[in-house]
Amino acid sequence: MTKAAQGKAQTAQTKPATAGGEQWQLRLYVAGQTPKCLTAFANLKKICEEHLEGRYRIEVIDLLLNPTLADGDQILALPTLVRGLPEPVKKLIGDLSDTERVLVGLDIRPLSTGRKIGC
Amino acid sequence: MAKLKKIVKPSLTALQKCPTGIKGMDEITGGGLPQGRPTLVCGGTGCGKTLLAMEFLVRGATQFNEPGVFMSFEEKAGDLTKNFASLGFDLDALVADKKLSLCYVHVDRSEIEETGAYDLEGLFIRLGHAIAATSAKRVALDTLEALFSGFSNETILRAELRRLFGFLKDKGVTAIITGEQGEKSLTRFGLEEYVADCVIFLSHKVEQQVATRRLRIVKYRGSVHGTNEYPFLIDEQGFAVMPISSIGLDHDASSARVSTGIPRLDTMLGGEGYYRGSSVLVTGTAGTGKSSMAAHFVDAACRRGERCLYFAFEESRNQIIRNMRSIGINLEPWVKKGLLEFRNSRPTLYGLEMHLVTMHKAVESFRPSIVVVDPISNLVAAASDLEVKSMLSRLIDFLKMQGITAFCSDLTSVGGSLERTDVGISSLMDTWILLQVLEGSGERNRGLYILKSRGMKHSNQVREYCLTDDGAQILDVYLGTGGVLTGAGRLAQEAREKAERLERSQLIEGKRREMERKASLIEAQIAGLRSQLDAERDELAREIARENLHQEVLIRETQVMARARKSDQVPAPPKTVPKSVKRGGK
Repeated sequence: MTKAAQGKAQTAQTKPATAGGEQWQLRLYVAGQTPKCLTAFANLKKICEEHLEGRYRIEVIDLLLNPTLADGDQILALPTLVRGLPEPVKKLIGDLSDTERVLVGLDIRPLSTGRKIGC
Repeated sequence: MAKLKKIVKPSLTALQKCPTGIKGMDEITGGGLPQGRPTLVCGGTGCGKTLLAMEFLVRGATQFNEPGVFMSFEEKAGDLTKNFASLGFDLDALVADKKLSLCYVHVDRSEIEETGAYDLEGLFIRLGHAIAATSAKRVALDTLEALFSGFSNETILRAELRRLFGFLKDKGVTAIITGEQGEKSLTRFGLEEYVADCVIFLSHKVEQQVATRRLRIVKYRGSVHGTNEYPFLIDEQGFAVMPISSIGLDHDASSARVSTGIPRLDTMLGGEGYYRGSSVLVTGTAGTGKSSMAAHFVDAACRRGERCLYFAFEESRNQIIRNMRSIGINLEPWVKKGLLEFRNSRPTLYGLEMHLVTMHKAVESFRPSIVVVDPISNLVAAASDLEVKSMLSRLIDFLKMQGITAFCSDLTSVGGSLERTDVGISSLMDTWILLQVLEGSGERNRGLYILKSRGMKHSNQVREYCLTDDGAQILDVYLGTGGVLTGAGRLAQEAREKAERLERSQLIEGKRREMERKASLIEAQIAGLRSQLDAERDELAREIARENLHQEVLIRETQVMARARKSDQVPAPPKTVPKSVKRGGK
């Protein structure tokens, strides 16, 4: 969690791609270090590690520092997770605590034994 | 209106107001919207909410140097720019000058997956950023309710809205929030619960196929405001509210007079005509010459160089000009000179309030000293009697406030009482002239009389009103044993009277001659009697003389006899009888 806290403007948490699979680009919009934002980052991290290991890139955007960036992705609610790649663009709002909805929202095909929902 | 301002001004810590710059709006709100507070504008689809919000910002930016942020949830910035270009608002230029910021917020539920707790901080950040970037003083949110379609969690949404209004207040911006009209509440999602300071309701009602836009201030905390439904207009210059119903009765009364254009009518009205700034009503049934009287009035005013505005609801401009030429009035030069302007429209063209508003605008732009409404009764076609009455009273009040002489004609329906107008506005009028058809001896003639004329001596006589090639003329009617006669009847009666007069004078002449004859006869008789008397008098004188002579002779003979007898006594000579007729007897 505290790792996310250091997220300044466009702080990128990168995990270089390992396998040949598609690259996931995720942008998490937050406003400072509110509990909701911190929860969201932690949840996202967990889901990604579990399902997209090595194939994802998370960009945390702090709108308090860069308010103009909110316009591009039409951000209203915070925290918002935007899936830039693969296309199409998907938007998820909330602290990502409902993992099932996150997986459906992000179109993540569960791994071989995709019965890990509910963690 | 002045009254409202008066009430607001003296209060010590009166609510600060933010002038909208929208015509009429500041008057009914007593100075504008509450400064630094959000105002809710609600109403049905297409009633002008977005326009009101945008005009508030544009006028703020251009007239009051208060930049604004327009946050749109429905229309994109490009569309807004295009739409408002048709109203003469150049949004692009304002954006380039950093006086206006257009923010489009896209809300689409299908793109959003809710995965847990969230808030609308993103909206706050964007709004806050836009406000900071332009140092905005005014904000418009159009339509905030779009959020309800974008997010399913209403609890969060409502909490966030409450926070948003607090946020706007903290920023010290004057905000307009628009909301769709709900079925039972003012707005579909009850936004009025959050925005409690000022709520403005817009409506667009259709009555008898005629649509009228109206505006009402539902509430305005901490301020006096007009409470009525005010009609408003959206035209090429934007939004215009007419606070017409709030005009008071404190206008000036001029004692200057203005000629009616018909000399005899002037003399009937105390010799000088109407009061300037008064209202004149001419009623009459069809074809009694109401428009002709109006034309005379207009013609006379134009001759004096005054400006006249003619609202015609029945005839076209050219038709009026042509028709008036037939009675020797040429209005065309005045139109060409720009002294006379016609506004012709069918009453059913739009709603009554719209008529009033367009009349207001026309009067304000043309600045006439005389306004003719011909005829007011036709407006009934556009609405009910009650509404017409209220509209006309406001129109007349407005004209009086401006010191404009109003000339209204009114068509009385056949069968009704003449001394009653269809729309019951006679009590509003200062001068009321009634034109009446006098029917008799196989023809119709026009009669005119002044029913009332406040504040001046006026004739109580019925006059005949003739339309001749040289204009309208007022003639005395025949008043005699045969009753009131006009037209051919009057002429015939006059001829008859002339004959009678002639006959009478002939009769007198005859009598006079007979008298003369009698007189001369009597003279002759007198002369005869006198000559007879003279003859008798002469006879008497001769007899006296004869008697005297006889006496003398007798005495002389007696003396002679005495002398002859030598008598001692000689008798005295006798006394002669005087010649006087009276004393002398026989």
